[in-house]
Amino acid sequence: MSTSGLLMMTITMTLVTGITVYLVWRVLTAPQPNDDEE
Amino acid sequence: MSKPNEGWGSRIGLILAMAGNAVGLGNFLRFPIQAVENGGGAFIIPYLVCFLLMGVPLLLIEWTTGRFSGQFGDHTTPFLMQRLDPKRAFWKYLGVFGIFANVAVAAYYCYVESWTMAYIYHSAVGTFAGMDQAQVAGFFTAYTDTYQSTTGIPFENVIFFVLCVVLNTWILSKGLAGGVEITAKIGMPLLILFGVFLAIQGVTLTAGEKGAQFDGLVGLDFLWTPQFDSLTNPSVWLAAAGQVFFTLSVGMGTVICFASYIKKRRDVALNAMTAGWLNEFVEVVLGASILIPICVGYFGIDGVVELVNSGGGFGLAFQSLPYLFQQWGDLMAIVAGIAFFGLLFFAGITSSLAMGTPWMGLLQYEFGWKRQTAAWSFGVLVLLLGLPTVLFYDKGVFGEYDYWAGTVCLFFFAMMESILFAWVFGIDRGWQEINDGAEIRLPRVYKFILKFITPALLLFVFIGNLFIPAGGDWASAINQLLAGNGWQFDASSLVGTVSNAGLKAELAAAELAGNVETVAQLQERLFYVNGARLLLLATFLFITALVYLAYRKRIRTTGAFA
Repeated sequence: MSTSGLLMMTITMTLVTGITVYLVWRVLTAPQPNDDEE
Repeated sequence: MSKPNEGWGSRIGLILAMAGNAVGLGNFLRFPIQAVENGGGAFIIPYLVCFLLMGVPLLLIEWTTGRFSGQFGDHTTPFLMQRLDPKRAFWKYLGVFGIFANVAVAAYYCYVESWTMAYIYHSAVGTFAGMDQAQVAGFFTAYTDTYQSTTGIPFENVIFFVLCVVLNTWILSKGLAGGVEITAKIGMPLLILFGVFLAIQGVTLTAGEKGAQFDGLVGLDFLWTPQFDSLTNPSVWLAAAGQVFFTLSVGMGTVICFASYIKKRRDVALNAMTAGWLNEFVEVVLGASILIPICVGYFGIDGVVELVNSGGGFGLAFQSLPYLFQQWGDLMAIVAGIAFFGLLFFAGITSSLAMGTPWMGLLQYEFGWKRQTAAWSFGVLVLLLGLPTVLFYDKGVFGEYDYWAGTVCLFFFAMMESILFAWVFGIDRGWQEINDGAEIRLPRVYKFILKFITPALLLFVFIGNLFIPAGGDWASAINQLLAGNGWQFDASSLVGTVSNAGLKAELAAAELAGNVETVAQLQERLFYVNGARLLLLATFLFITALVYLAYRKRIRTTGAFA
């Protein structure tokens, strides 16, 4: 693979995967809302 | 009249349903082709810029609009839109686009979804075993021709289409929590599992093994090597904006309707970002690592370019992959076939189910229909509207549906909703609504982006598509215009499409050449294309009439829009 292609792919995939994993982790670890409050 | 009691069962179910709505066939079939055609790795730069400046803001607008208007008991796009500016009744007609686009897109989308069902079946029973590439390609042509049968069953494509519509309708009749959410909870993890399995197969494909001529990495190199000169080409930016648009399923009204069932003060910011980025992960990481690496491994770059030109992502997926999977051995051919077409099926069904929501919201909440009746009415409508795309697939009907309902309507609706939200509802109220209950801090710059950049970008994309110059060569078209030579529209521009410029040019050339057979074929195609447009227009007017009746009913009952 060319260096530029490899670099482009690695940066993009790492960025997208990292942000997605972070957001999913935030959702999974968020406190459960209490329905009785409404 | 008691109101139906729909709602989401869990937060994760909501996010998976929203992500499932966004993840569709385009993630696997459209994105890699767009990237290859528009500068390879460099395409990702305008693509990510458009995602951040247009995709993310539209997600925020739609999630927030849905939650805000849903508090008033509105669950269908016409009244969800009008709720943002209740004194002006005409906004409800903007929402008609949100029902129409879904019904019309579902009609042809279910047909493609039914192909994946059929290909799962044929992969499982070994239909493709022993076929060469030409035979596999011929199988697809035969399958989409209603009067040929690949299994001996007459009208096979119609039967699979009806089965697909019935399955969608049945799931919709089970409701949001009991049907859509459960499907997303099963479908999305399976989709990701199949995607990871196939991506590993694609990336590790080695020349000389399993009949491959090239490494899968050659395909990745082809896809990702950046051609930075493409960044100055407006067509590349239009393509990137278009891809972001289609992949997120914004501008359809489904996100707004799904979000209308979110309870007051529950987070929308983190949920919207999670669903949006999940879609990006499936598209950029998985979507880019399957189709192109596998196909380049066997056909080489030139072969893939040729296949892309003949049928885009569909050409590669349905006319080639079953043949390539055969090279992996009998068992792997079955496993990979089921995994790939199963992946496409789950991507499709989670999207098509979402398309039923605006129509069902109209009938359930405005006319008091039961959920089951509303679901089956959606099925009948999709069946009636979809049959012309099945029966006259090769006559251009499918393309007309895709262009008018799946492209033009979406751009128009998104452009108008961004203006309504930021300028009529007001960006201060809008920003407050977005941040109400938010579990993530959004950069404040998004307030500026929502107000100025997103509407301007959408306007740019809409006008860009309206006036695409001949050959897509913007630089020379602008020079020609400045020199007083006018503007030559491309046949693919909105203006060119309305006037059937491409078909008429082909017809004129065929008449000039005296080719009687081609002239007859093109005249027949023109007839079907115009017929499809009339059918779509009639559907739009029918939905408009229903919305008008629903509005009158509200006024009669409460004396005002309430």
